[in-house]
Amino acid sequence: MTDEVTTRVSSHPVFTHLTGDQLATLAGEGTPVAYAPGERIFAEGGPADRFWLVDAGSVALDMRVPGRGDQIVETLIGGTLLGWSWLHAPYRWHFGAVAREATTTIAFDAVSVRRRCDADPAFGYAILQSFTPVIVQRLQATRLRVLDLYASPAQAGRAGATP
Amino acid sequence: MTTLVAPVAASAAIPHPYRVVARRVDTYDTVTLELAHDIGPLPAFAAGQFAMLTAYGIGEVPISVSGVVDTGDGRARRLVHTLRAVGAVTNALHATQPGGVVGVRGPYGTPWDERSAAGRDVVVVAGGIGLAPLRPVIRAVAAERARYGRLAVLVGARTPADLLFAEELSRFGGNDVEVRVTVDRPDDGWTGHVGVVTTLLAGARVDPANSVAFVCGPDVMMRFTAQALVAQGIPAERVRVSLERNMRCGVGWCGHCQLGPVLICRDGPVVDWARAEPLMNVREL
Repeated sequence: MTDEVTTRVSSHPVFTHLTGDQLATLAGEGTPVAYAPGERIFAEGGPADRFWLVDAGSVALDMRVPGRGDQIVETLIGGTLLGWSWLHAPYRWHFGAVAREATTTIAFDAVSVRRRCDADPAFGYAILQSFTPVIVQRLQATRLRVLDLYASPAQAGRAGATP
Repeated sequence: MTTLVAPVAASAAIPHPYRVVARRVDTYDTVTLELAHDIGPLPAFAAGQFAMLTAYGIGEVPISVSGVVDTGDGRARRLVHTLRAVGAVTNALHATQPGGVVGVRGPYGTPWDERSAAGRDVVVVAGGIGLAPLRPVIRAVAAERARYGRLAVLVGARTPADLLFAEELSRFGGNDVEVRVTVDRPDDGWTGHVGVVTTLLAGARVDPANSVAFVCGPDVMMRFTAQALVAQGIPAERVRVSLERNMRCGVGWCGHCQLGPVLICRDGPVVDWARAEPLMNVREL
């Protein structure tokens, strides 16, 4: 099982910053986990004690809105990292996550990985270098949505500016 | 009923009267009009090119062709334009019913030239109304699957209610075409992807080194999309975008649509990213 995880982790472009030893260390904290469509991976407010490399399938991030139920804020497709609330206190999920379809992942023990990051700053820096681009991409994507680029001039409050 | 004569080109600046022969409501603010005149063949529009459409007495706007319909008699075809009601002219065009008359000048501008992608994978990325100019590309590539490699169609819309050609997209999805749709703002019934269209790029099942990309949507969306496509390994020369500026004459006379050294109506709207990127990054342009 560890060999399989090592292979999957080593071949993933997200972890290109990690050395061979660091990849082996990380892989040692990973376990293959599959989720069925509709299965909840984690719930908003719960302990952020794991993170996932999503191999295939897709995941919906959601938030409970009173009177409206669980509202999807974003979907993630295979090939990305899921979960970064484990990196910083209070180590609680800010959103929930549900598998939208059959989804295969490698789940990592975030508490143990964080402990290794604290003990080995080089490893910790490599992990941050893996997560930071993902966080930046998500932030940029969110900003684009805030711009509401597809809105009509009237929807964007610019009525009369367009023929 | 008066007879509408064929567009004998007396002047590139004079719109020719076309009759609306079909009108389909696509969304709450968008319609597709099929236009024809009564005598002679239509001018040869290619995917990516645009016409100047006139709402008589109101004004003129550039609208890309979203299809050309062969009526089967070998003589006449219909010009297809999909337009969104966003201002005085487009509101009037949007409201034109079958039997009504609109003015047409064109074709103008550069085409997508999808046939130059033969033998390669094709990535189509559309945002909002940007799907309309890309529709003929999707249709052409989907109709000749053996000519091309894999075809991925990635579509972003504001809300599910804003999604264009939803039924047609689902039909493409069953024809060896990867179709992914995402919305910025889901409603309660939406079960698809949520997020900007760039988030779909990583999952597209194409070989970037052997792909050609066609991108159309708001400027900012195209910029982020093109940058992501290039980062994935598609050469900038093989990422084509359709630029939109304030076009007036359509033939490079007036300069309204100038973007640095490029007149979009004449040298565009379709240009490759290697040419577009330096221009789109200049704030003053």
